[in-house]
Amino acid sequence: MKHTVVALVEDRPGVLNRVASLFRRRGFNIDSLAVGTTEQRGISRMTIVLDGADGIVEQVEKQLYKLIDVVKVSDLTKEEAVIRELALIKVRCSPEQRREILDLVDIFRAQAVDVSPTSLMLQITAATETLDAFIENLRPYGIREMVRTGRIAVTRGARATAVHEREAAPAERFHEQAGRRPEEDALPYVSK
Amino acid sequence: MTKMSGADIVLESLKRLGVDVVFGYPGGVVLPLYDRWPSHPEVRHILVRHEQGGGHAADGYARATGKLGVALATSGPGATNLVTAITNAMMDSVPTLFITGNVARNLLGRDGFQEADITGITMPIVKHNYLVMRPEDLAYTFAEAAHIATTGRKGPVHIDIPKDVFIEEAEFEWPSEVTIRGYRPVSRGNPAQVKRAAAMIDAAERSIIFAGHGIILGGAAEELRSFAEKTGTPILNTLLGLGSIDPGHVLAYGMMGMHGSYWANHAASNADVIIALGMRMDDRALGRFEDMNPTAKIVHIDIDPAEHNKNIMATVPIVGDVKEVLPQLTEAVQSNSHVEWLRWIDRLRVDHKSSMSVPDGTALTTQYVCTRIAEAAGPEAVITTGVGQHQMWAAQFMNISRPHQLITSGGLGTMGFEVPAAMGAQVACPDRTVWTICGDGGFQMTFQEIATMVDERLPVKMAIMNNGYLGMVRQWQELIYQDNYVSVAMSQPDFVKLAEAYGIKGILVTDQSQVDDAIAEAHAHDGPVLIDFRVEAEGNVWPMVPAGASLSETVESPDEVDALLGRPPKAVPTRTGAAR
Repeated sequence: MKHTVVALVEDRPGVLNRVASLFRRRGFNIDSLAVGTTEQRGISRMTIVLDGADGIVEQVEKQLYKLIDVVKVSDLTKEEAVIRELALIKVRCSPEQRREILDLVDIFRAQAVDVSPTSLMLQITAATETLDAFIENLRPYGIREMVRTGRIAVTRGARATAVHEREAAPAERFHEQAGRRPEEDALPYVSK
Repeated sequence: MTKMSGADIVLESLKRLGVDVVFGYPGGVVLPLYDRWPSHPEVRHILVRHEQGGGHAADGYARATGKLGVALATSGPGATNLVTAITNAMMDSVPTLFITGNVARNLLGRDGFQEADITGITMPIVKHNYLVMRPEDLAYTFAEAAHIATTGRKGPVHIDIPKDVFIEEAEFEWPSEVTIRGYRPVSRGNPAQVKRAAAMIDAAERSIIFAGHGIILGGAAEELRSFAEKTGTPILNTLLGLGSIDPGHVLAYGMMGMHGSYWANHAASNADVIIALGMRMDDRALGRFEDMNPTAKIVHIDIDPAEHNKNIMATVPIVGDVKEVLPQLTEAVQSNSHVEWLRWIDRLRVDHKSSMSVPDGTALTTQYVCTRIAEAAGPEAVITTGVGQHQMWAAQFMNISRPHQLITSGGLGTMGFEVPAAMGAQVACPDRTVWTICGDGGFQMTFQEIATMVDERLPVKMAIMNNGYLGMVRQWQELIYQDNYVSVAMSQPDFVKLAEAYGIKGILVTDQSQVDDAIAEAHAHDGPVLIDFRVEAEGNVWPMVPAGASLSETVESPDEVDALLGRPPKAVPTRTGAAR
C-alpha cells in the first residue's frame, strides 16, 4: 500500500542526504520525494511517498525520528488530506490536433502553457490518479518530455503538521547558522 | 567573553564537558589544534599508534566508566581509519565523540591532499555528525554533540573541522543549556502501557527477563534486581547484558543466544511472558526471529522506539529509560513467585550443565584459562575480549558479576577490539586490573597499541588464547562446512619475543600446570604483560544455535548439528585429536 509520509526537517546542508541514506540503508523504497520550505524559517518539509506494509512504514517513521535533524514525522495516509501533484507534459501536437488535445485539457482542468507548431506544453495539478489518467489519454499523441513533482499533502481542517513552539534563543540562532558557509565567502568552485 | 582561536575553543569546550583524556593521532590539518594543546594541560592527550586503536580505546574508556570517550584523527586516512571504531560504538550504543580535522574550507570538495568526505562516510554509522564551518559554532556544536552522545540511546557523534576553522578566531560562548527541537528522548514510561505490562506480568506463569546492554548503559542493575525479586522472574542476559546481575543470584540463569546455555535458550523458548529490557532483539541473541517463542507475550522496554517491532513484534512496547521504567513497573506489579517454573529451568540446568562446562583433564584449554584468570583477578577487574571462540568462552566462564566488568564487541563483532579497548579501560580505571582475553588472530590486528601502553605506563595484562586458528571460523568450517578448512590456520610470531621487542614482560604457557603461576606473575608485575597460552587447537564452543536455527534448536554436539542440518552422522570421526 502507498503511504504519504510528511517529515519536517531542519533546513541544513546534508539533511536530504541523511534521509536518503536512511532509506537506502534500511531497504525502504521511495516512490516520490518532494522537498520545500515551510511557513517557518529554518524548517523544510519533505513529502515522501513509499510503498510498503503498515509495519514497514511504522519503522520508516521511527527511523526518521532517530535523525536529529528530523523534527516531526506524520503519516497522512489514514488522515483526511489534500494530496496534489504537479506535472509539466510536452506532447507532440500538429495544428490540426490542437483542438482535440485542448478538449482533454478542459476535461482534466489542466492548462496549456506553451505552444509551438509541432508541440504543446501542458500543466496539470491534481491528485495522483487523475494525473495518471490525463497522461494515459495523452500518450497516443506522443509524449516528448514529462516531469512530475511528486506528491505533496496537507491535512484537511484546522489541525496542522507543524512545529510552532518557541525555541530557546541560542538554539534557534545556532540552528539557523550551523554548518552554513559564511555568505561573504564564495563557493570553492566559483573563480573570482 | 574572550576571543580565541578555533583550536582553543575546541580544547576549552572539551574541558567544559569534563573530558580529561583524548586518544589522538596528529596530522597536517589538525596541527593548529596540537599547536595549542600545551596551553590546555587539563586534557590529557594519548598518542596512539593507529587511529582505529584510538577509536576503540575511547570506546573501552567509555564502557569502563559510562563517561564520554573521545578520539581524534587527522583528515583523509586518519579519519577513514576511525570508521571501524565508530561503527563498533554505534552498534553497541557507546557514548563516544570522534573529532576529525579536514582540509581548509576553500579546498573542501576539490579532492586535495588527504581530503576525504568523512561526514558523508560516517553519516550512516553515527548517532549524529557535524561539519563545522565557522569557529563561532564550535562551542555550541561540542555541547550539542556531547548531549546527543550521552543521552537517550547513547552512541557515537562525529565532528569534522576544517583546518582554517581551528585557526580563525571567534568569541568563546559556552551555552548554558542545549535544546534540540528534533531530539527529545523519552525517559519515563507511558503509565497506561506500564499498567498493561504489569497486568500481563501478573498473569504470567512462566515469565522471563531478557536483560541487555541497556541495563548497564542506563545504570539500572539495582532496579533490575528489585523488579526480578518482586516478581520472582528468572533473568537471562544477552552477551552485552552480562554483569547486570550477579550470576550467583538465585534468579540469574546466565547467557542466552547463539552460544548461550541450553537451559537459558529453552527457558526463553518456553516462557509465556517475555520481558525484554534494554535490548535490541538481535539475531545472535534470539536465533531465527519467526520461531523465537512465537506464542509468548512480549513486554519490550527500550529507550529507542525504533527497536520496538523492528525484529520482533512486542505485545506491549514501552519507550523509556530502563532506570525509570523499571521502578514504575516494579511499583505496578504484584509480588509473585514462580517456583515450579524455576524448578523446571533448574532441572534443565542440572541435566545440561555438561555441555557448557570446562573440559575435564589436563589439556590446556581456553575455558580453563578463562576460569583461572577470572578467579585470580576477581570481579573488580575489567575484562575485554576480542571476537570469536575466546569471546564466547570468556562470556560463559568468567563469572561476570558487575556492570562495566566485561567490555566486548557485541553488535559489530570487531576482531582487534580487545587490545585497544583494554588500553582505554586502563586509562579510565588506573586502579583496576585490566585483562584482555585475545585471540591469536584479533591480537595481530591491533597489537601495535602495546607501544602506547609502554609510553603511557598502562599495565594491561594481555592473554592470548593461541590455538593457531581463527577458532570460530574453524568451528563453522568443521561443523557446518563439513571439515573443509579453508584459510583458517595461521602461523604466529613468537609472542614472547614480540613482548620483549616492545620492552614488556612476555610469558609462555604450554601446560595447564603453568597457568596459575603465569597469572600470578602477571599480577605481580607492575607493567604490561603478555601471556602466550598455547591452548588446544580444535576445541569447539558448546552449546550452539547454528545461524538461522531457532533458540529451541540449541545443539550440544557435532552429531546434533548434523541432525539439525539433515545430514547423516559421520560413521568415523574424520579428525583425531579434535575435542568433539
